[in-house]
Formats: sequence, C-alpha cells, structure tokens
Amino acid sequence: MKQWIRDIRLAGFLAGKTLSRSSRATLVLILFIMTLTFMNLVAVSGILVGLIDGGNNANREQYTSNVIITRLSGKTSIGRTPEIVEYIKNNPYVQSYSVRYGVGANIQAGFMNRSDFLKKTDSINTQIMGIDVTAEDNLTHLSKYVKEGSYLNPNESGYILIGADTLKRYNSNFGDQFDSISNLYVGDKVRVTAGDKSYEFIVKGIVDTKVGEVSFRAFVPTSELSLLRESGSQNASEIAIETVRPEYDKLLQDSLVRAGFDSDAKIQTSEQAIPDFLNQIKLAFGILGNMIGLIGLIVAATTIFIVIFMNAVTRQKYIGILKGIGIAPRVIIWSYIFQSLFYATVGGGIACVIIYFGLVPLIDRNPIDFPFSDGILSAPLDGTLIRFGILLVISFFAGLVPAWRIVRRNTLNSILGR
Amino acid sequence: MNSTQPILQSIQLSKSFSNNGIETSVLHQVDLSIYPGEFVAIMGKSGAGKSTLLYQISLLDVPTSGDIRYNGATLLDMTENEKTRFRLNTFGFVFQDYALFPELTTVENIALPLMMRGQSRDDAYARAMEILGDLSLTSQADKLPSQMSGGQQQRVSIARALSGHPEILFADEPTANLDSTSSDEVMELFIAEHRAGRTIVMVTHEPEYAHNATRVVQLSDGKIISNIEQKVG
Repeated sequence: MKQWIRDIRLAGFLAGKTLSRSSRATLVLILFIMTLTFMNLVAVSGILVGLIDGGNNANREQYTSNVIITRLSGKTSIGRTPEIVEYIKNNPYVQSYSVRYGVGANIQAGFMNRSDFLKKTDSINTQIMGIDVTAEDNLTHLSKYVKEGSYLNPNESGYILIGADTLKRYNSNFGDQFDSISNLYVGDKVRVTAGDKSYEFIVKGIVDTKVGEVSFRAFVPTSELSLLRESGSQNASEIAIETVRPEYDKLLQDSLVRAGFDSDAKIQTSEQAIPDFLNQIKLAFGILGNMIGLIGLIVAATTIFIVIFMNAVTRQKYIGILKGIGIAPRVIIWSYIFQSLFYATVGGGIACVIIYFGLVPLIDRNPIDFPFSDGILSAPLDGTLIRFGILLVISFFAGLVPAWRIVRRNTLNSILGR
Repeated sequence: MNSTQPILQSIQLSKSFSNNGIETSVLHQVDLSIYPGEFVAIMGKSGAGKSTLLYQISLLDVPTSGDIRYNGATLLDMTENEKTRFRLNTFGFVFQDYALFPELTTVENIALPLMMRGQSRDDAYARAMEILGDLSLTSQADKLPSQMSGGQQQRVSIARALSGHPEILFADEPTANLDSTSSDEVMELFIAEHRAGRTIVMVTHEPEYAHNATRVVQLSDGKIISNIEQKVG
C-alpha cells in the first residue's frame, strides 16, 4: 500500500513537471481542444433538450404553476371548487394560487362597421377566462407578457385582454391552421358571445407568449365573466397553485388526493401536466443529443489518445531511460494517465465555467426563438457530472493505452530509439 | 586475476539480432567476470559489440543465450519489473548522451531515482544537493538540462548515477560527446569514485581514458580478444 502511494506520488511529480515545463503553446492548444470537446458534449444535447425544457418551463411559469387542478374528463368544470379553494387557502405547502373560470365563446371584431352581412364575420371561437386579475399576475406574471396596450385593472370593468395567437398579425406563422381575427387593435370593441349571452368589451391589451393556453385565450376579470356564464355555478375551470418549494409539489398533490378532491378534479404537478408528445420529443431530442455527444466523446478520446500517444512516442527515449535508471513502468504509465486526466479535468472545468457562467445565463437572457418555445440551454448539473465522469474514464484509458504500449517495449530499444 | 568472488559475471553470453529474417550475431559466448572495486574498461572498434555487452550485463537488454550472475545468483530469471527494481537498487548508469530528463532540473533529475527508492522528496533533494556539492555543481541545481553545457550535463548524469550509492557504475562512452576539457573532468570523477571503492564498468574507444582502468577488456567481432589487468598510477 505504501509502495503504491509512493508510486502514485512519484507519477504525479513526473506528470506535474512534464506539464508545467512542456511547451505552453501545445498545452494551451490541447486544453482548447478539450474545452471545445466538452462544450460540444454538454451544449449540443443541452440546446436540443432545452428547446423542450424551455417550453415546459414557460408552461409552468405562465400556465400551470407547480400544481394544476383541472376538470375531469367529461365534466365542464371542477367540482366542489369553493371547498378546494378553502383547502388550498389554508394549506402550508401553498404559496399562492389563481382560480380561473372558463367559458367557450366567440369573439367578434369590427362588428360596429360591418356592412356586408354575407361576408364571414371577423371572429374566432376561443376560451374566455375569468381571472382574479391581481392573483393571476402574482402567480404567472401575466402582465409581463402584454405586448400591446396594458394589463387588466381590477378596478375597471368592460375590458378584455386578448391572446396574441387569436390575431392574424401574430399567428401568421401557423399558416391557415387556425381561425384568427384579422383586424383588431387595442382600444377596439369586441363582441363576446357565449351561448345566448352576449357582451361587449374594449380590448385593453394583447398578451403574447409561446404558451398556447395563454396566447390562444382571452382574459377578463372573474366578475365580468359572470355576464357570460350560466348563473349559479361557482365551479372553476382551472386552479393553478404555486407551492412554497418545488419539493412540495407532490406533497400538495397527495394531500389534495387524500382530501378526496381527486373525484372532483384532475390534480397534476406541472411535470405531469406536460403533454405526452412533448415528453416524447424531449426523449427523442435527448437521444439525438446523446448520439451527438457520443461522437463528441469519441472525438475527445481520440484527441487525448493522439496527444498522449504522440507525446509518448516522441519521448520513448526518455521512457527507456526512466526504465533504465530504475523508474518502475507503472510509475511512468501513471504519469501519462495523470497528464491525460489533467487535460480532461482542466479542459472540462474551463468548459463548465463557460457553460454555467457564460452560455446558460446568456441564453436564459436571450432565449433561442422557436415557434413553440423559447429555447434555453438545458445543462442540469447531474447530467454534466455524468458526462464529466465518462470523459475522465475515457481519458484514463486514452492515457493508459498509449503509455502502456510504449512502456512495455524493450528498454534498450526505447533508449536507442529503434 | 582478483582472488575474491566476482560481483558480476557473464557466462557464455551471446546476443544476436534478427533483421528481415537475417540473423546477425553481435556477441559470441562471452565470459567476463567483474570483481568488486574494479574499474573495467571495455574497448574495441566500432561494431565490436562493446556497448551490446554492457547493455546485456547491466540488464538493459535480454541476451539471446548464456547467463548473467550477480554475486553468484542468476539475474535472468527475474521479471522485467524485478530487473527494473534491481537496476534501481544496484546499478548506476551514465549514458553517452547524458540522458537527463529534459523537464526536470538538475536537482530533480538526481532526486528522481532516490524518490523511486522510497526517499521523501525533501530527503532526496537533500541528498541530491549533497552530491552536487561533492561534484562542485551546486550552482547548476535549478537549471534544466537545456541550460547546461554537455560537460555539465554529463557530470549531472554521473551525479544521478552515484546518488543511490550503486554497487556497480556502468558508463557507455561517457566522453564521446564532450570536448577534451570536459572529458578530463568527467574522467576525474570516475577515477575519484574508483579510488573510493566503487566498481566501474566503462565502454570507451579512447585509449587515454582506458589507461585509468584497472583492467582493459578488448572486444573484436563479439569476442573477447584480450583481458589485461593494468596498474593505475
């Protein structure tokens, strides 16, 4: 054991001296390649997965929050809404919440100037959501996404907030897939019709996000929505809940289930509420990213192998001399392994600094603009550490194999370079 | 001949090389005994097999046949790792081209085998400085090989070889790359070590330095053609 430690120390000594006194330009070049390699390993798959993660994050921040309660399949609303709200209000896991009441309605623009009654109306069928203006803004920061006009004022009535994707000038990138309103601006009047009830609102603002549940809808204060709903029902369509800590999401869900509310509503954490196709895409992107990452790993391994092999070949005379004067082959091999691990560790470390202190904050601030999400760089620390571990293992062998090949040669042949 | 038991012996030692199926014999059944405290000079023309003989008896190479014995015990049964450790503990080497590790300073080059022997870095450095002092090389302690002259490098190489108090010091044409002044300085070190009781085996093609040896072994075509003891002044 003592001998083993001594060998490792001596190998470290040799590796350290070799690294610190070899060509700086070569060292910088190798570290540069290793840095790029590790960045490729983390960032490529991170961006692919980040496209979906960015969408999921936005969905959670702007729509579901941590836990979302929605109506059961086949039901028009959440049963026993007042009891659920009362339960949530007094629950220690809950930080804030927003109760949303929804009604399917038709929004018609330009109805005041309509002259040709044979032409199709400039209208769209969508969900009108009645919200507690203040609670919703506290929870999802809806006002932040108002692109035109302003957010609803709880003290005003007769105003509506329109989702941008109901308007042609915003959703043209979707082609003709959806109906949309052609000509509607802030300050215009719209007629909202639900069943046999009809009411007119002034457009207060246009809200634009990449979360469909926000930008394909329209919002009015809850009190205004009652003008369009069946009288008597106090049941909501959605209740979005922010927990004190993300770890409480499941605990809150479980406590709601234990309280028996699962027979009145569907209770999901934000992750569970992610549509399955998105999870499938994330999985596919993850696999794609890992495949690209695997190529990156092979490149990294080959790079280190070539570097160490060339280093060992050009120095085989000195390896022979070291053996000749009695330095154990295992010490020489370990010294090359240490050099290899040094390249991987420092290169990977620099890449991590660039990723976590440069790329991640940069892309967070300036997300990659995709039609369905604002792509982020998804680089969870555990995944990065696993990749780092894999790189170290590969580096170990990339250092071991060439050094072993050279060291096991005949000592004299190495010294004489034959 | 010396009346004591030989410290190192080659018995019927042969070495041949194969190149493209053509076998070239370099040493033919060489019997050579080295006695404790001797200074043996191995001489011969280029290609006579003198360096090859040195490499075989110092365990840097593996002979084709024959035996090598140290204090009567065969050395050829050892594994490569055992041979490496044996060289570390028993032999010292001085090569023609100095063979210093280019990334290590003088003191580090000398301390390296001592650390391999198990000395702490501090102890190894202290011993290295001590021997550098003995060889008047203290001022070169922190220099890299590339910052020293050939003569200085060879003296450092000798210091490294002597640092572990080897039983036998092997030197392969130690003055071949040096000017006459440096060669003389290097030879002075060998003479001093021999006087101190060190066993030395040196390959040289320079007769004036072979005169310092207590025995001169002449090789020709891989065979010993003369083995003459001589008085040293």
